[in-house]
Amino acid sequence: MARVVLKLGDDISTDIIYPGRFMATVLPTETPQYAFADYPEFNARLKSGQVPPGSVVVAGKNFGCGSSREQAASTLKGHELVVVARNFARIFLQNAINLGLKLVVCPEIEAEEGDELEILPDKIINKTSGKEFKVEPLPRARQAIIDAGGLIPYTRQRLLEKVASRKKT
Amino acid sequence: MGLTMVEKILARATGQKQVRAGQVVEPRVSLAMSHENAALVINQFLEVYKDTGLKPKVWDPDKIAIILDHRVPAESAKTATNQKKIREFVAAQKIKKFHDIRGDEGGICHQILPESGYVLPGTVVVGTDSHTTSHGALGAFSFGIGATEMASVWALGQVLNVEVPGTIQVVAKGKFPRHVLPKDFILHLIGLISAEGANFKVLEYHGPAIENMSTSGRLTVCNMSVEAGATSGLVPPDRETLRYLREEARVKGKIDIFGPDPDAEYERVVEIDVSRLEPMVACPHTVDNVKPVGKVGKVKVDQIVIGSCTNGRLDDLAVAAKILKGKKIAKGVRMLVFPASFRIYQQALKLGYIADLVKAGAVVMNPGCGCCLGVHQGALGDGEVALSTTNRNFKGRMGNPKAEVYLCSPAVAAASALTGYITDPRKGGK
Repeated sequence: MARVVLKLGDDISTDIIYPGRFMATVLPTETPQYAFADYPEFNARLKSGQVPPGSVVVAGKNFGCGSSREQAASTLKGHELVVVARNFARIFLQNAINLGLKLVVCPEIEAEEGDELEILPDKIINKTSGKEFKVEPLPRARQAIIDAGGLIPYTRQRLLEKVASRKKT
Repeated sequence: MGLTMVEKILARATGQKQVRAGQVVEPRVSLAMSHENAALVINQFLEVYKDTGLKPKVWDPDKIAIILDHRVPAESAKTATNQKKIREFVAAQKIKKFHDIRGDEGGICHQILPESGYVLPGTVVVGTDSHTTSHGALGAFSFGIGATEMASVWALGQVLNVEVPGTIQVVAKGKFPRHVLPKDFILHLIGLISAEGANFKVLEYHGPAIENMSTSGRLTVCNMSVEAGATSGLVPPDRETLRYLREEARVKGKIDIFGPDPDAEYERVVEIDVSRLEPMVACPHTVDNVKPVGKVGKVKVDQIVIGSCTNGRLDDLAVAAKILKGKKIAKGVRMLVFPASFRIYQQALKLGYIADLVKAGAVVMNPGCGCCLGVHQGALGDGEVALSTTNRNFKGRMGNPKAEVYLCSPAVAAASALTGYITDPRKGGK
């Protein structure tokens, strides 16, 4: 079971998730402090450890639009948040998968802050409202990366395969 | 059925006869671009090699470009240290397409790439910047990726697991009226199809208004294609592309020109008659909140920004200089100009545009991205309003969530600088 800790609207840009003025900070160990920095109340709750891992951010369509900054994914990953949205912008979606941030595409999702959600592979059950919503699969092109635990281990695996095949020939 | 531009390009980059939208491919990359976020790419790249026993070595140093442009000259010790780390990596890995903070060869990545002849039609270009869509103006399939994805490209020379995107064909008919520019066309299109209207798709541009458009205008259109969610904008290369590459980018080698098949399969066709367009403005806080300038109402402006990767090219500066020459910008208005590169800066100096702008009261800055994304120079005060030729007006974009950003063409920006209010350039000052 996971609790909704933040509800947002459509077109939440990476400037909202991770404002540009903190972009000189790149390390995944340091980016989490600036998550939703312009929502000072929520940012303070994240920083003070009041938001348990696995908590859910619910959003509308086009979540993560805008900049390709990977900090927008690493900052949320740092808090082990789960993002449930109607859909995601392409680059953010790919960055999230590459870093192992959990995203759920749920085109009809209805949930309020405080609601308890059960997230299953094919549906989300809102335990508070009693309603169920269908989950769409993530792009199948990315499944191998998810299975490998992120793009770094996947690339490492591919690199070693490449080197091994070069040695054979 | 025939193939779209992106299907043809990805077929070549994967050595296949044809690929189709929806298929998963791993294209070879012809150019991999990064800016200051190369600092993060370097970290991730080294992480890939950790515990492998292999020496970290980029797959092809000639195919990597790094341009320092986001916060130049460095605004903080942290940035300066990141930039230093990048220089050291560039030297160690023998990366030649490196553009440091210099008045002879520096500038914004999305201008440096085309003007240096780094982008060729029919190739695959990736960049750790969402506006990498720009280079579709030269007929490349060019798209933004994250830093970890780039680390993977640096190691392997391929982008892994790419789904071939479907394509929306945009047909631009007619002739642009006076004071209506490519920026107005792309703002209108984004307003029409919405900020997610082309998510995961390619926008392929056709029609006489595109054929008659300069490469500079096409770069503006493809630059902002990402604001409709597009993976890439794409203009089928033509005589103008060849002219630009030979005369301006000084490309000597072979240039491969091809377009989509006449019977290519498009997901959707959008037709726009540009002769009926007006100057457009994207109002806060989304890029698809677009209105004709006459419908915006009376909006007082504190800061005007002309330039950036979107509208900092020579013809953009010419438009502004022509409107402002011999006049004064309104009291209480600050105007900042960011030429897209130092080559453009020098051309504008020679043609007198810089003098015209400075005498009118503008502050001409060095080429850079910092103001647009609120990381360096030109931040807004609480409650202030900016009118800008850049590409994003998201809340907090120019460094302050309590400020507002409107987006427009250089003509609207310059006309508004004279009055201090958002102004229709067709009506002129007052």
